Amino acid sequence: MKPRDLRFYHAMYQFLMFAMNLALVANNIGLMWVAIELATLTTVVMVGIYRTNAALEAAWKYFILGSVGIALALFGTILVYLAAEERLGQGITAMAWDHLVPRSGSFDPALLNLSFVFLLLGYGTKVGLAPVHAWLPDAHAEGPTPISAVLSGLLLNVALFALLRFKLIMAGNARVLSPGPMMVTMGLVSLVFAGFMIFRRRDIKRMFAYSSIEHMGIITLAFGLGGPLASFAGLLHMTMHSLTKSAIFFGVGYVSQLEGTQRIEDIRGLTQSQPLLGWLLVIAVAAIAGLPPFGIFTSEFLLVTSTFARLPWLAVLLGLGLIIAFSALALRLHGLAFGETGKRHALSPWRLAPMVVHLALVATAGIYLPGTVITWFRNVARLLG
Amino acid sequence: MRSGWPTQLAQVILVLALAPLLTGVTRKVRARLLRRRGASVLQPYRDLLKLIRKEVVVAENASWLFRAAPYVIFATTWVAAALVPTFATGLPLGAAADLIVIVALLGTARFMLALAGLDVGTSFGGIGSSREMMFATLAEPAMLMAVFTLSLFAGSTELSSISAFMLGPRAGLSISLALALVALIIVAIGENARIPVDNPATHLELTMVHEAMILEYSGRHLAVIEAAAFVKLLLYLSLIACVFVPWGTAVAGAGLFRYALGLGLYVGKLALLGFLLSVFETAIAKMRVFRVPDFLGVALMLGLLGTMLLFVSRAPH
Amino acid sequence: MTPLDSDIAHLLAGSMVLVSFLLLYQDRMFALLNFFAVHACVLAFSVGWQAYLQRAPHLFITALIALLFKGVIIPVALHRIVVRLGIHRTIEAVVSTGPTMLIGIGLVALSIVVMLPVTQTEGAFVREDLAFALSVVLLGFLMMITRRNAVSQVIGFMSLENGLVLAASGARGMPLVVEISVGFSILIAFLVVGIFLFRIRERFDTVDLQALDMSRGESSGEAA
Repeated sequence: MKPRDLRFYHAMYQFLMFAMNLALVANNIGLMWVAIELATLTTVVMVGIYRTNAALEAAWKYFILGSVGIALALFGTILVYLAAEERLGQGITAMAWDHLVPRSGSFDPALLNLSFVFLLLGYGTKVGLAPVHAWLPDAHAEGPTPISAVLSGLLLNVALFALLRFKLIMAGNARVLSPGPMMVTMGLVSLVFAGFMIFRRRDIKRMFAYSSIEHMGIITLAFGLGGPLASFAGLLHMTMHSLTKSAIFFGVGYVSQLEGTQRIEDIRGLTQSQPLLGWLLVIAVAAIAGLPPFGIFTSEFLLVTSTFARLPWLAVLLGLGLIIAFSALALRLHGLAFGETGKRHALSPWRLAPMVVHLALVATAGIYLPGTVITWFRNVARLLG
Repeated sequence: MRSGWPTQLAQVILVLALAPLLTGVTRKVRARLLRRRGASVLQPYRDLLKLIRKEVVVAENASWLFRAAPYVIFATTWVAAALVPTFATGLPLGAAADLIVIVALLGTARFMLALAGLDVGTSFGGIGSSREMMFATLAEPAMLMAVFTLSLFAGSTELSSISAFMLGPRAGLSISLALALVALIIVAIGENARIPVDNPATHLELTMVHEAMILEYSGRHLAVIEAAAFVKLLLYLSLIACVFVPWGTAVAGAGLFRYALGLGLYVGKLALLGFLLSVFETAIAKMRVFRVPDFLGVALMLGLLGTMLLFVSRAPH
Repeated sequence: MTPLDSDIAHLLAGSMVLVSFLLLYQDRMFALLNFFAVHACVLAFSVGWQAYLQRAPHLFITALIALLFKGVIIPVALHRIVVRLGIHRTIEAVVSTGPTMLIGIGLVALSIVVMLPVTQTEGAFVREDLAFALSVVLLGFLMMITRRNAVSQVIGFMSLENGLVLAASGARGMPLVVEISVGFSILIAFLVVGIFLFRIRERFDTVDLQALDMSRGESSGEAA
């Protein structure tokens, strides 16, 4: 890449960070929408920055599908405003979260129902839920690896956060349809679908992109299920997945740089060619696949047990999806990490420090969660209902 | 003029008398727009007279149908045109001036024309008839959908009532009416073989539709068919004028002056619509035959949309 | 508000649906661009009329943005791009015109069926406006789905955004932030798209997305 492109890339990266933070702190449904659209547009530009055929196609697909999603979300936002405007009066108060959430009980339930359908489809596109996920694997595979990490670790969660805030409004109104079943269905479909898709991937980044879809499905399912325990599991899973997946993309970035390819079948014996990177990747994949003692195991365990207690048949499907995804990842990992290879790569161990820190955090969380974090998560879970 | 019958009779004669003039005017305007001098506006009358005086040549294998068809076509079209309120409403035949009756009469005329085109057995006639029927499958439902929209809007299928409703205070602007108008215009263009669909001024082109069916006709048969075509154009323009610009139409029992005013305004409306038609025809290129179903399909769709949107706009306020 | 006022608002909103259908019907690039300009102008009038009815001056700004930016600048710029890329030939559609129109009718029916019962408590005026806006949005989707060509997909997207602006302007007293943001996002969207079109041209000599599919990195293994 030319220096000019690099400058452009870094400027866009800061824009993206700004937009995501804005989306998180905005007290206005309109402003939040603007921030998420801004985040989408900056990532579109960055996904296409290599200008290869595949990168342009991925960026175009992302742009088109992302715009469609964002358009649906705006329509839903307008409907929420209309529902609120009847009770809160015209103007900015009818778009502010701190007015909307406490008073949502008096809103017109029919309007809220319709708006949530639009919001689920709209922001669900950004979250990467099946069947509106088509942009996600391409964008992850063809963009620069840091962008894949940011997409999976942050942006998907920001979109899910938006959806959850609207779920708060729904939760405050007793007369609306429960948003749970819709979210559970979309989550479960994403989980099972992505699990099967991981089997057939030949591109390493694309494979982990499908793994992101899988985990977003798990989180959406958890929040859709609701209740203190499942929401707690969802929040924990969201955090753990962000940490682990960014560590994985960090490692994958080095792997593809060192090996000069993203094709899984061309990469063999990483634990021999670059032992530290190879073993860290093995640990990270073990964490993302849900093996103890990592945090993802904890959250998945909590989710499965709480599902078994309430909806056994759903727990069976959930467990099936988890096993499919686990075995797919294990199968692929075996080829990547083990086996004979003549190559030897040099890499300073210090450059892998961020990956170590992330994984250490995930491992710690699996063994011991600080009381403060538990209290936070409990409070949020209680709000989500 | 208090009694309705003389007015009705006047209307019956008026539509026949004015029709060639209307065609003449549209041809003249078109010619002037193309910077030609063009034939006199009275040329259609002369053409008709010339044709009537000429000997009739009938193909050897033509049946009685071939000979009877022109008169049936002319009669049904004329009756239909005479039913549409032109300069006055509340005529004795007003109860029969129902939009569905008019559509049915025109359908009969089209059916006869298509049969006549097939009767002689030439390839051109067959092509023309088959195309005409292909278009008809779209144009007729489109016309009916437009009619439905109008009648749902006005609460009647009777033209006098619709016209009166449009003049009344409850009409207002409506998107459904606009859609019905556009649909009606498209159907009118298609049915009268005007430019984007068919070219009325050419013969022996592979794309012709109307002219292909009447290729075997000559003499007074041709004159009658031509006259029917003139009347049909007048009918559609009158229909649009009657429904969408009903102002100035005399109501039953009005004074002589009102009738005269209505007549003057009617002629003015016709002239204006004819002028607009010519401008449109000059500005647009003829489309390929296989695009025509799409074009007429749009009319059908607009009619459907109009009917549908009626339920939105007429929802209880 | 007199009946005539709401009739006019209604007529303008309904005309947007009509122009959306005309956009779907077009199969030539330049005609498509012209009709998009018409679409934006109708939107501008509709929003302007709403501004007058609601006594909301800030909506006039939205109307002006729609008129100048989407009604003039974007069509002209796209026109130039189309000329420079030499892609003014017939637009290829995945589904032919007739079925597309029928699906469009179905979508309009769907939006009426969905919106009318839901917004019973709102005034009739808002209800109708929303039904029309949703129709325009869905027709925009339909256009994006049924067209292969990148420029017409962008047009579809922008007509969809027009529908959103229509919905936002119909919502009484919706704060300015949304209108500006919509205008702004369209600006950005257009810039992005323009850049992409040029890059796509450099690479493939076509903006046909079907051709792009061939270059997919993983064509043999990709089943999704």
